Amino acid sequence: MQPTSHDFKSNARTALADHQLQQALSGLPTGLVAQRAAARDRLPEFEALRDYGRDIRNHCLDHLDLYLERYEAQVTAAGGHVHWAETAEDACTAILKICESAGAKMVTKGKSMVSEEIGLNAHLQAAGLEVVETDLGEYILQIRDETPSHIIAPAIHLVQDQVENDFRRQHQQLPKDRRLEEPAELVDEARQILRQKFLSADVGITGANFLIAETGSSIIVTNEGNGDLTQSLPKLHIVIAAIDKVVPTLNDASALLRLLARSATGQEFTSYTTFSTGPRRADDPDGPEAYHVILLDNGRSELLGSEFREVLRCIRCGACMNHCPVYNAVGGHAYGWVYPGPIGAALNPALIGVKEAGALANASTFCGRCESVCPMRIPLPKLMRRWREIEFENGDTPLLTRWALRGWASVALWPSAYHRLSSLMVRALRLGAGKRGAFTWLPLASGWTAGRDLPAPQGRTFQQLWAERQKAATKKTDATETP
Amino acid sequence: MTAKSNKRPRAGLFVTCLVDLFRPSVGIASARLIEAAGCEVVVPRNQTCCGQPAYNSGDKKNAKAIAQQTVKAFKGCDYIVVPSGSCAGMLKTHYPRLMQGDPNAEKEAIEFSARVHELVSFLVDVRGLKQVSGHFEGTVTYHDSCSGLRELGVKSQPRELLTSVKGLSLKEMSDCEICCGFGGAFSVKFPDISNAMVEKKTANIAAAEPDVLLAGDLGCLMNMAGKLRRQGRAIACRHVAEVLAGELDEAPIAAPVENG
Repeated sequence: MQPTSHDFKSNARTALADHQLQQALSGLPTGLVAQRAAARDRLPEFEALRDYGRDIRNHCLDHLDLYLERYEAQVTAAGGHVHWAETAEDACTAILKICESAGAKMVTKGKSMVSEEIGLNAHLQAAGLEVVETDLGEYILQIRDETPSHIIAPAIHLVQDQVENDFRRQHQQLPKDRRLEEPAELVDEARQILRQKFLSADVGITGANFLIAETGSSIIVTNEGNGDLTQSLPKLHIVIAAIDKVVPTLNDASALLRLLARSATGQEFTSYTTFSTGPRRADDPDGPEAYHVILLDNGRSELLGSEFREVLRCIRCGACMNHCPVYNAVGGHAYGWVYPGPIGAALNPALIGVKEAGALANASTFCGRCESVCPMRIPLPKLMRRWREIEFENGDTPLLTRWALRGWASVALWPSAYHRLSSLMVRALRLGAGKRGAFTWLPLASGWTAGRDLPAPQGRTFQQLWAERQKAATKKTDATETP
Repeated sequence: MTAKSNKRPRAGLFVTCLVDLFRPSVGIASARLIEAAGCEVVVPRNQTCCGQPAYNSGDKKNAKAIAQQTVKAFKGCDYIVVPSGSCAGMLKTHYPRLMQGDPNAEKEAIEFSARVHELVSFLVDVRGLKQVSGHFEGTVTYHDSCSGLRELGVKSQPRELLTSVKGLSLKEMSDCEICCGFGGAFSVKFPDISNAMVEKKTANIAAAEPDVLLAGDLGCLMNMAGKLRRQGRAIACRHVAEVLAGELDEAPIAAPVENG
């Protein structure tokens, strides 16, 4: 996926003017946000569980090499194969090779953000494979030729009418007069189409919410059950996961799953939580004949040793974006690459470069709401600020900003000049505003005044008023003390 | 300074650049409240801005220089009191981080940060103020500014004192904890997004039907007042300190003034 994060500003402008998008986004506060709050309130130990989850993830990161090796050994013992992929390209190549050696023509896929990160669909399609997304949201996006705008609700930027139109356009073989007014009718139709794909797929590819070192299992959580069919019906199951997904034990995974569902959708537990361990055994009723895991690094081991390490605690619940007022205003596509919202602002500069994605780290008021809901307590504002510092150190901060900062700082560091200048400035502004009390337009502030007025200053600085107050007080004291 | 004032703790008022420039009456109101809480107020001349414009733009060097200037300016104060959650958060939680790697400066900043308080939480939590003498007829709604709320835990304190104001009734708006879209330089760098955010905020403010909108941060207030005025909504905007101190002679933020 070609990033457009550097164009965040203009992406955002387009998003703000898109009425359908705005309508779709308006459901977030009463949807996922309210559901999480209700789930949190139902679980008295929620805050303690967050601490516990954070500690588990910190422990995983401290001993990542150990747990990855253990995981690999357990997968192998269960009859599966582990492939290490340092880059996105390595991962794509490995997956294609597995598909080709099995003579595969058709691939079904469960939802996987890592597969978006490595551009897997395009790679497989270029080699002539048919790739079908089976998550409803992802399926809709595939027929629209779009990317996910949210990490757990990929089609959250769409309204129902748009989906109906897409289905009527795409599924020409179905009766024209069929009803598609209720969400359930849309789901039924997608299910009908996808069922045939599940049955004829040669390979099923899923992501993983967690990998368990103790057992060599991978876990996926879904609400549609599509992941189960993707991984159990075809002859071959390929798991694509990043190295930071590994956790030590089943117990650890259950603790994290309790946090994941609540933080993501406000559910106590996701509808389907599916464990897979190796291929089908002799006495298993079903399952794939072969089981492969691609472990993707793609810059993560470098992050592990960096000051951005905490970002690797992320369990991809999406709470940070649901609660982010900037994400709520512009949606996920404006962020211009795979991971939107605050987690994207903290992670993407590491994965695609600060030159490309530095703009995302700037697109925050530092309101801190993301950190306040993150189940893993990732200090997202702190990480975003750090990217801004790196951008500044690299000389990538816009020239105008640098000059403005330099000018402002040289005055702010010279208090006497600062006080003289500021008293002149506020006097001039006060005169300019007259009795109106605010400006409806002001040069250098036209961005601000395009949408709102700029309050005018009262006309004198506090330092001036205070100096007078002190003078008057001294006079009064002198008068009373002199007989 | 007079001899008798030595018995009272010395509270240095870090007035913040926005109050200094745009609304000095908030500084006067703050000083009165701090005095009412039994402190002597001093206003060091060597203070300017807290340094956030540099700090939040990645310019650590200038941010650090300004931080050191501020720490030095407030030497000898028992408390440093700030009528802004955002600037107080900068002084209290971010100055120590800025000095990391410079042991002496860091030690100084940590010692300094222990004395820093946001105004209203200072009055309630540190000075034990339970009520104020102010009188205000009308319905107010209160916006929780982000840094005050999430960095410093300012939530109940302003409400506690506001309910002690005679004649005042407090009506909460929905989503009072969501950012107004100001964010300092954010409102200049991303004016469109900032505007979309403040539009949601003013819709919530208007739905609460208050006479007055209050908050503890002038930046947020200027943003919300500017939007309310553009929308032609007749809701006055004031810093919470003005109402608590009964300092209401000046026109509300962005409102037309009597004597031009």
